[in-house]
Amino acid sequence: MSKTPVAAVEGWFTMDLDTPHLLGTRCTRCSNVFFPKEESYCRNPDCGGTEFEETKLSRRGRIWSFTNNCYAPPEPFVAKEPFEPYSIAAVELEAEKMIVIGQVTAGTQVADLEAGMEMELVLDTLYEDEENQYLVWKWQPAA
Amino acid sequence: MSNEVAILGVGMHPWGKWGRSFVEYGVKAAKDALADAGIEWKDVQFVAGGDTIRNGYPGYVAGATFAQAMGWQGAQVSSSYGACASGSQAIATARAQILAGLCDVALVVGADTTPKGFFAPTGGGDRTRDPDWLRFRLVGATNPVYFGLWARRRMELFGATEQDFAKVKVKNSQHGAQNPNARYPKAFSMEEVLASPMVSDPLRLLQICATSDGGAAIVLTSMEYARKHATDFVTIPAVSNVTPKYPNTLIEMPNFSTDSGAGVQMPDVPFRPSIAKHAYEQAGVGPEDMDLAEVYDLSSALELDWYEIIGLCKEGEAEKLVRDGDTSVGGRIPVNTSGGLGAFGEAIPAQAIAQVCELTWQLRGQAQGRQVEGAHLGITANYGLFGHGSSVIAKR
Repeated sequence: MSKTPVAAVEGWFTMDLDTPHLLGTRCTRCSNVFFPKEESYCRNPDCGGTEFEETKLSRRGRIWSFTNNCYAPPEPFVAKEPFEPYSIAAVELEAEKMIVIGQVTAGTQVADLEAGMEMELVLDTLYEDEENQYLVWKWQPAA
Repeated sequence: MSNEVAILGVGMHPWGKWGRSFVEYGVKAAKDALADAGIEWKDVQFVAGGDTIRNGYPGYVAGATFAQAMGWQGAQVSSSYGACASGSQAIATARAQILAGLCDVALVVGADTTPKGFFAPTGGGDRTRDPDWLRFRLVGATNPVYFGLWARRRMELFGATEQDFAKVKVKNSQHGAQNPNARYPKAFSMEEVLASPMVSDPLRLLQICATSDGGAAIVLTSMEYARKHATDFVTIPAVSNVTPKYPNTLIEMPNFSTDSGAGVQMPDVPFRPSIAKHAYEQAGVGPEDMDLAEVYDLSSALELDWYEIIGLCKEGEAEKLVRDGDTSVGGRIPVNTSGGLGAFGEAIPAQAIAQVCELTWQLRGQAQGRQVEGAHLGITANYGLFGHGSSVIAKR
């Protein structure tokens, strides 16, 4: 029996398995974008807006920098046993002029990455329990 | 009106993994600083503590914790938390009290006892609104992950190499080997650094600061008090505790993203350079006037960023400074003569205070074995996660 896919964090991304997007908010007054969502007071000190609309962030961007975890991060990270090192990328979204970090999908090593490389957003397993498969956003080299 | 306060005394508890209470380290450092100043504990009018968040309630009220441990004597008190900038916030608070004329003698103390291994979020339970909890849960973004991102960026942008980063560690370990308060007395070779295990590529274990126990304290007084009680002393003409200006477009701990720079004006100066700029402007000096600097080398690669941030060279030129030996003791502008975090490891609330202790010893000519000859002006730089800038200028 297959497990139920569940978002590892509520409301941070669309649960569209083929073309997922991160979900931010846009201030209706100054148009600045926030991720994770800002929903009460605009953080632009020249604005003062209090109304926001949900917005999908660009699902492609270019690598600003990258690294990896050769050792298992501490809790609350749920590490696989045995731990498998994975890469992490900071990806710059052009339209939002924003850098977003995320895990890189398994199989892509640091040696495969370089600044400026195009990456796309996917949903992948963060961890699993008996019933559920918890999903999180990850970056993977754009097809 | 002068913005200066005097440093009459400094003291430290050696950094290490001692496994004792942070209070003990803080009190030892405080007693040493008071003895150095020739000031009695009962004459201290204000105690400024740097908080630790990993040692229960006493850590959140560090000022009072130290005051109680020294013996209640009625002093006024404050406790500050600004992550790695906690110590300089405590210095800023004490300095403001003195400059406002509310007291003449203040004691600033920070100390920590740290767990082994990676720093992890404090407190239990699932905290889905706490970005510090979420960054570990969702990305496994430890502190070294951010250090690795910044280091790799230097490689991609400026052609920095693993050897450059290792050279910083080798230099700092040579400095630290001359410092009795440093945790690691060993001077490492390039080969040893480059053979240590990779943690967050391109950073290896020996290029990432450890988490340490330790304590540091300084005694600050008004200039008037200092002139009455001492003939020659180090002063602080500037303390900077700036926050970023919106939008902050550098990825910082513990954030998932930068601010969005779309459709808004960029700040005149980015966050990191603004930390030192604010200090220089207060003191009426510039980077060309500095004789030495103590900067926050959370990783060996980050020290290179600091050279540029505090204006020792232009962006992209830091590698040349370390390659040429300019930032070693005996070089043009020695950096981290104490050994830095590379030789100490982080004892969070003590670190920014320890940087000032080192400047003080250097400016007094007491940094035996690592002395910068004729030093009379130095700067510290540091910053804490969640946007805490920290810089102190000391002069003699």
